[in-house]
Amino acid sequence: MSAQDDGKIQAERDAWAEKAAAQSEWKDHWFTTSSEPIEPLYTPLDLDDHDYHRDLGFPGSYPFTRGVYTNLYRGRLWTMRMFAGFGTAEDTNARFHYLLERGQTGLSTAFDLPTLYGYDSDHEFSTGEVGRCGVAVSSLEDMEILFDRIDLGSVSTSMTINSPAAVLLAFYVAAAERQGVGPEKLSGTTQNDILKEYIAQKEFIFPPEPSMRLITDTVEYCTRHMPRWHPISISGYHIREAGSTAAQELAFTLADGFAYVEAALERGLAVDEFAPRLSFFFNAHNDFFEEIAKYRAARRIYARRMREKYGARNERSLLMRFHTQTAGCSLTAQQPENNIVRVAIQALAGVLGGTQSLHTNSMDETLALPSDKAVKIALRTQQIIAHESGVTNSIDPLAGSYLLESLTDRMETEAEAYFDRIDELGGVIPAIEKGFFQQEIARAAYRYQREIEQRQRTIVGVNDFVDPGEKIEIPILEITDEMQDRQIARLRALRARRDDNAAGRALEEIDRVCREGENVMPALIEAAKAWCTLGEIVDVMREVFGTYTEPAMF
Amino acid sequence: METERIRIIVAKPGLDGHDRGAKVVAAALRDAGMEVIYTGLRQTPEMIVEAALQEDADVIALSILSGAHMTHFPRVLELMREKGMEDILLTGGGIIPEADMAELEALGTGRLFGPGTDTTDIVAYIQQWHASRSDAS
Repeated sequence: MSAQDDGKIQAERDAWAEKAAAQSEWKDHWFTTSSEPIEPLYTPLDLDDHDYHRDLGFPGSYPFTRGVYTNLYRGRLWTMRMFAGFGTAEDTNARFHYLLERGQTGLSTAFDLPTLYGYDSDHEFSTGEVGRCGVAVSSLEDMEILFDRIDLGSVSTSMTINSPAAVLLAFYVAAAERQGVGPEKLSGTTQNDILKEYIAQKEFIFPPEPSMRLITDTVEYCTRHMPRWHPISISGYHIREAGSTAAQELAFTLADGFAYVEAALERGLAVDEFAPRLSFFFNAHNDFFEEIAKYRAARRIYARRMREKYGARNERSLLMRFHTQTAGCSLTAQQPENNIVRVAIQALAGVLGGTQSLHTNSMDETLALPSDKAVKIALRTQQIIAHESGVTNSIDPLAGSYLLESLTDRMETEAEAYFDRIDELGGVIPAIEKGFFQQEIARAAYRYQREIEQRQRTIVGVNDFVDPGEKIEIPILEITDEMQDRQIARLRALRARRDDNAAGRALEEIDRVCREGENVMPALIEAAKAWCTLGEIVDVMREVFGTYTEPAMF
Repeated sequence: METERIRIIVAKPGLDGHDRGAKVVAAALRDAGMEVIYTGLRQTPEMIVEAALQEDADVIALSILSGAHMTHFPRVLELMREKGMEDILLTGGGIIPEADMAELEALGTGRLFGPGTDTTDIVAYIQQWHASRSDAS
């Protein structure tokens, strides 16, 4: 743009602003979902110091703002991956088959809380929680039933498991081996992101240091033996669900990602050896443009840091590949059918942001785990976006929008400011121990709630457009105590029939490798095959590593 | 005349780590002038009731989003009865289907609140309960 053009646009913009200011607006405060101010109009003036080659480039080329793949969705659509898990392994296996038969292209497993905390289904802390929030998996036997009649050599499986991720990965590797599929053929992801557990989701077991060691063990093992597996999915999703802003989600997630990179470098792995297998996971909230800007900024920041700070040379090390899930926290219990529309808008943001895979929430998720019908509508939402809306025809179609590019730049600036603050606190783990992330998120969550209650923010059906005397008329999935009883009976039968001596030896070996600092994965796989249970294995680790309690703050 | 500050335990029972709602409600109750003691995560019913006794609480508020509400609410209620805490209010909220809410309220909990609740409704409910208890005594 020439200086002369600039001057003309500036003059016209000023004239426009004067006219606009003279007109009334129907509300006083204009801000994004993240409570950030937003202008009524963006023009070329907002992109004055933009450089196309430096800041955007081409899809599949540095800095990857426009996407990690050259032809993006023209080459292959995103993976439609619905997160599923409830009851026993049989119940969830049936849901997996239901989804695969309806065109889903990857599996995603939700485990129940006892499994996430490394307790067997018959532990006293598991009472009332078995199969409620996900599927109960206490042993290799459960894992085999979960994937019954599913070829682990051809399906890609994501497992949302963190503190005991190494153990569940071992169960999966052992289950595949019994199907005749070697680890080198397995494709999928373990979430395995402990830092965001301390920050947001709170499903931690061990203190940060041994947790980081376990993660680095899995990264190392996968680098050597599972070339198609993503050992970590560095997750902003839960940070956002806990109430963060979009910029906090972006910054904290990337900071976590760089902490894992540094841990693997300290282990002696070369950046280009492991970085191509790192993956990310973001939220898709309501604010359409703010979300798209977040994804684009994420790719750009990541590529720049990986190249400039960590010296990555392999282009695949620079690619931020990510999964997206629509925002559970945005769904309303009131008029739940409206959630179908929210999910469609959020999913569209994920697609326009260039996601590699997508989970769309079901309309009934503020009430219970999703019913078959609700899940089907959520999956169909993705198929309609993919095949009917036309948005997949062209790559990164919103690039060049004055608004979107301005928001993308602002996201990057805000993230950089957070990186500086985290550095000042001594890094991610010291910042966790000081409660920095937790306080920032709690403050943002409270502000958001106040904005709703003070009617500065409208939530349809909640604080406006309310249906008084509304009756909920959608079917609710019920989890029964019978499922818990069945699971516990199977687990006890397994313990009764296995060779206890072999199991005991396998547990002693885990104790040894944990203490001596050897990679835990081979011993875990052996323990899985000796029918050691999750709780038994994690108990050994709890004994060696200790447990973590967070300071209670609000 | 200065009114007595309401003392309230906000607790997360069981394994559920979803603490956004508990923290938002705790902050709202604090800003409404109550004395809030947040227990943090992974509390057993025994720990919660013990904390309420130690802290001389007027109210116990549980936050459960994991689906385990039919286990934890009745257990806390049972322990409260064992300890003779009949004048303490047990309230709470989370992902609790309406039918379960009705069943728990029939067992003796106070009002339970679902997603989308205005925190001012929770504050008003607790203040009203407290006022009526003070009138009765």
